[in-house]
Amino acid sequence: MEGIQVQDRAIITPGEVIATGMDYIPSMGTYRDKERIIANKLGMVHIEGRAIKVIPLSGRYMPKVGDMIIGQVIDISMSGWRIELNCAYSAMISLKDATSDFIERGADLTQYYNLGDYMIAEIVNVTSQKLVDLSTRGPGMRKLQGGRIITVNPNKVPRVIGKQGSMVGLIKDATGCRITVGQNGIIHIQGTPKQEMLAAETIHKVEQESHFSGLTDKIKAYLEQRVKEMQLDPTPLIIDEPPRERPMQQRRGPPRFSRGRR
Amino acid sequence: MAFERASGRKVNEPRAMEAKAGVIKNADGSAMFKMGDTIAYAAVYGPRDLYPKFMQNPKKGILRCNYNMMPFSGSGERVRPGQNRRAKEISMVTEKALLPVLELEDFPNAVVDVYVELPQTDAGSRCAGICAAAIALADAGLVMKDMIAAVSVGNLDGNIVVDLDKDEEDFEGPVADIPVAIIPSTGQITLLQMDGEITPEKLVKALELAQETCMRINEVQRKALKDKYAGE
Repeated sequence: MEGIQVQDRAIITPGEVIATGMDYIPSMGTYRDKERIIANKLGMVHIEGRAIKVIPLSGRYMPKVGDMIIGQVIDISMSGWRIELNCAYSAMISLKDATSDFIERGADLTQYYNLGDYMIAEIVNVTSQKLVDLSTRGPGMRKLQGGRIITVNPNKVPRVIGKQGSMVGLIKDATGCRITVGQNGIIHIQGTPKQEMLAAETIHKVEQESHFSGLTDKIKAYLEQRVKEMQLDPTPLIIDEPPRERPMQQRRGPPRFSRGRR
Repeated sequence: MAFERASGRKVNEPRAMEAKAGVIKNADGSAMFKMGDTIAYAAVYGPRDLYPKFMQNPKKGILRCNYNMMPFSGSGERVRPGQNRRAKEISMVTEKALLPVLELEDFPNAVVDVYVELPQTDAGSRCAGICAAAIALADAGLVMKDMIAAVSVGNLDGNIVVDLDKDEEDFEGPVADIPVAIIPSTGQITLLQMDGEITPEKLVKALELAQETCMRINEVQRKALKDKYAGE
């Protein structure tokens, strides 16, 4: 028997043969055993030309460089903060990556981030031993104040966001909430209590029904109906934000080598 | 003349099986596996941080299994739940039976916890536990080469039978109870224990019977997973 053994988009379990023969290339979630290509994860088969991959349906988040995540401060150390990412490993964010302010040695770090605070950050480095480094330098990265946090299956995040952000944009427009989706499955919603409630409800609906085709239209109809039922006012809440920190000034003059006492 | 079992089953007939994936909401992966009157629930948590720190392995993640029979799960007196000599042994063999298919290199210093709970048992509990754990591990989205299926085979008064129940295990005459776990795609054996005696020739035949039955169990396991995610 040569070729593909299962249908495209079929659910596959670990150990099942997807294809035989050397015409196909094993990709994510599969491995080759001599002639056969076998799944090593539970997921959905995806055949792209010659490449065969399995899209996972479950499992925890795995830190990846470049991902925007939402994390919670779980510890404060001498030189930074430890952040919980809803995965097997926690991350570190150092002082210089968290703020552009000058911080005196021995200063109280809780005025920037305290235990339990949430932040949006980017993963800048992941080592082979899974030490994760974060940074909040860049557009949109900040400390989260107010609003609520909900958690979804990290494998469903692409569906929650939609193509070019279509799904999350739809929910934002209909509810008037400010929504930030972290790649690790943590979502921050901010608006009036009613707006937040509807947004959270809708996101969980997207997560549960992520496999239906034409989901965007369905969610659109659902939102319209719920907005009417709840008599929701979708005008965005005006959130006063502290002015963004000014970017760090580039130091001029010749390079300074000594790190002498000031 | 075919041997008659007290339960009316054929010698190569396992008890009725039932499996369900995703039965415990808070776990990362979970499953129920039922073999006749033996019911096993497995819950998988992780990969997650591992403490105490000295247990961490910087080369790969570790698997930690915990087998537990509930107080009135047995057929006789109350079983004291929690750790005891037998539970420790079964936890260890479960871990060793499952580990060959798991690839934990991506999770240094982390742990995958498997909790197997048995609310009701009628022999073959470690096999049911392994079957449930395999489904739960796949449900948790872990990387694994294959799933593990397990069954007990045995020698009952000179006859080779599969999936012994408690009455058969307690048979007065010569009896052997051999739990076997198998990697279905390769036929490799990851668990082999024995209680009682059997001749070498019969052991080979018994293992063949175990292979055959494990293939059937494996189908039930895969179906459980596919049913959970049907439509996606």
